[in-house]
Amino acid sequence: MADRLPVKKTYKLFIGGAFPRSESGRSYEAEGQNVARASRKDVRDAVRAARSALPKWAGMTAYNRGQVLYRIAEMIEARGSEFAELSTGLDEVEHTVDRIVWYAGWADKLAQVLGSSNPVAGPYFNFTVPEPTGVVAVVAPDEPPLLGLVSRVLPALTGGNAVVAVASETHPLAAIELAEALATSDVPGGAVNLLTGHRDELAPWLASHMDVNAIDVTGADGGSADLERAAADNVKRVVRGNPDTQSPWEIASFLELKTVWHPVGQ
Amino acid sequence: MTELDRKKEQTPVPKEWAYAPAPESRDVVSIEDRYGHFVGGQWLEPSETYTTISPATEETLAEVGQATPEEVEGAVAAAREAFENGWSGIAPAERAKYLFRIARILQERSREFAVLESLNGGKPIKESRDVDLPLAAAHFFYYAGWADKLEYAFPNRRPRPIGVAGQIIPWNFPLLMLSWKIAPALAAGNTVVLKPAETTPLSALLFADVLRQAELPPGVVNIVTGDGRAGAALVKSEGVDKIAFTGSTEVGKAIQRELAGTGKRLTLELGGKAANIIFDDAALDQAVEGIVNGIYFNQGHVCCAGSRLLVQESIYEPVVEKLKRRLTTLRVGDPLDKNTDVGAINSKQQLDKIRELVEAGEDEGAEIYQPPCRLPEKGYWFVPTVFTNVAQSYRIAQEEIFGPVLSVLTFRTPEEAVEKANNTPYGLSAGVWTEKGSRILWMAERLRAGVVWANTFNRFDPTSPFGGYKESGFGREGGRHGLEPYIDFDGSEPNGG
Repeated sequence: MADRLPVKKTYKLFIGGAFPRSESGRSYEAEGQNVARASRKDVRDAVRAARSALPKWAGMTAYNRGQVLYRIAEMIEARGSEFAELSTGLDEVEHTVDRIVWYAGWADKLAQVLGSSNPVAGPYFNFTVPEPTGVVAVVAPDEPPLLGLVSRVLPALTGGNAVVAVASETHPLAAIELAEALATSDVPGGAVNLLTGHRDELAPWLASHMDVNAIDVTGADGGSADLERAAADNVKRVVRGNPDTQSPWEIASFLELKTVWHPVGQ
Repeated sequence: MTELDRKKEQTPVPKEWAYAPAPESRDVVSIEDRYGHFVGGQWLEPSETYTTISPATEETLAEVGQATPEEVEGAVAAAREAFENGWSGIAPAERAKYLFRIARILQERSREFAVLESLNGGKPIKESRDVDLPLAAAHFFYYAGWADKLEYAFPNRRPRPIGVAGQIIPWNFPLLMLSWKIAPALAAGNTVVLKPAETTPLSALLFADVLRQAELPPGVVNIVTGDGRAGAALVKSEGVDKIAFTGSTEVGKAIQRELAGTGKRLTLELGGKAANIIFDDAALDQAVEGIVNGIYFNQGHVCCAGSRLLVQESIYEPVVEKLKRRLTTLRVGDPLDKNTDVGAINSKQQLDKIRELVEAGEDEGAEIYQPPCRLPEKGYWFVPTVFTNVAQSYRIAQEEIFGPVLSVLTFRTPEEAVEKANNTPYGLSAGVWTEKGSRILWMAERLRAGVVWANTFNRFDPTSPFGGYKESGFGREGGRHGLEPYIDFDGSEPNGG
């Protein structure tokens, strides 16, 4: 009997909770597969999807957001062997799962660690609270393909931001697998959008997009000077991170601080 | 005839209710004819100079240096030298004591500084005396205490100074902005090169004398004066590890572009177009005072000024009427007069900008109101102005005027107020006036602004973090959060990279 011919997957983008083909109709070959090559138009669609998902994601209770993040870890653990094949191995997958669990636990602690109440002179209760910056663009590092992406996306997401991420260009399959895990998790559609394609085609549009509030340039090629320069057009927050790190200060990079003067009186 | 009526008859009725002039004496401050750059604890003879004036009289106050790139480099080198050879090694508790000293000296010399600030900047003496100076001293006092407690502010992060901080400050609160910049930088163990604004260098130059009295080691704070060229040289200097800038959004973007790819730390405190939102249950007379304070404080030269008034439709008429009546009682004139409410516009250039935007407002169809007002003949002045009938798209509702010009808009529901308030590229501050506490917090949650004042406006405190969302910049000044921009941590960096 002849070997069964496997049914191959068409690798698509992940925008607004759906899996569209690239508007460009183009693909490129990576890891032996044809992968969607996102265009400027796809970037714009993804930013729009992120902006509309923002109120729902940012408006969730911190407790809920933590649970939703924890659910992502469950979904990845359940697909452990598939992720292991698409990344550097099971070790990377386990690290990724643990990192997500770690961030999930931060969601309802940020305000306590990063905020403050301030003893001002005068009859006011004055307090400072962290809030999401808004729409965050992430230029993910090429490697590690799964852990690198998750390490950069999770801090922004934990803080209540909506994310548009450009996946590893050389190893995009883990990102697409992640999109499928996200789609079956409880993350609202559009809170995370994943684009595959050529980084040097996509990142500049994200850097100069006027409705993106912050950009993580950790995975930028050959220095991030051009992206940082474009980011100044609307005073984006620019984050230069590490492909493998976890810290509450990573989350803080994607937060604004709001200070409120509340009157005190009879 | 009752006793009261008899008294009334005997009391002469004044013909007009004018205040007698009550000028503060200029003699408390002595201004040199000429200033150099303060570098390494020495006054260096500048290679180029310009004159700084009083905007209220256009009289020349002094010749000051226009720093060349070489002179800026000299200041950066002095700061580096001081950082490497001493300041960063001084025990934090001793560092704190220098800052406490500076705070105390500022308190002692506050009359002198207040007069100088009003002379050189045009702001009313009652503001420089009651706001700028007490807050400047308080900032040094507050951050002094942090110097030896940084590990409590940032547990498990092993905080270290960054190195040399280049600081560029604006002309609207010259000494106060100096204190917002220098106090946290020194508390964290950095050294500083400060460039005051072109039009208001004198209080920073007098501050050099405070440093001398405090016996701060030479080179820890260096002050170079000049226009934007000196600022640009400081931004470009390779010896600077961190830039802190307060000023216009336009210049802030240029600085962010210039620093792209350098890895230097940056914080920006930029422009604003704040909404001051009045609900129909607000205490109206109190709110009107808040509106006036929000936009006419310091001639509207305030980045967080409440330049857009959002009034709930049901109270639009009484609010505008009360506001106009209040405007007729504002006293515009001599900044050194203790009765003056609104002083001089800081510069000819700024006056031209205000005029241009006010003309645009009239051209676009807004209705202008200016109270009858006699302005001094010399100097730069602008009558407190209210625009009604303003559409959100008008330039006077979108662009920062940085002058005593208020644009009035209306709203019906809290949702509409939030939407309109957030409808600018800026996000520095906002004001909410209502007697309902839960509504204050509901609004505060939704306003995209770094500072939200409820039933008050333009209030500051050294413990209260200040800074913007969106194109109003990033990083905070004040409070524990205000230390962060001046500290290096093990591991990754907070906001602003």
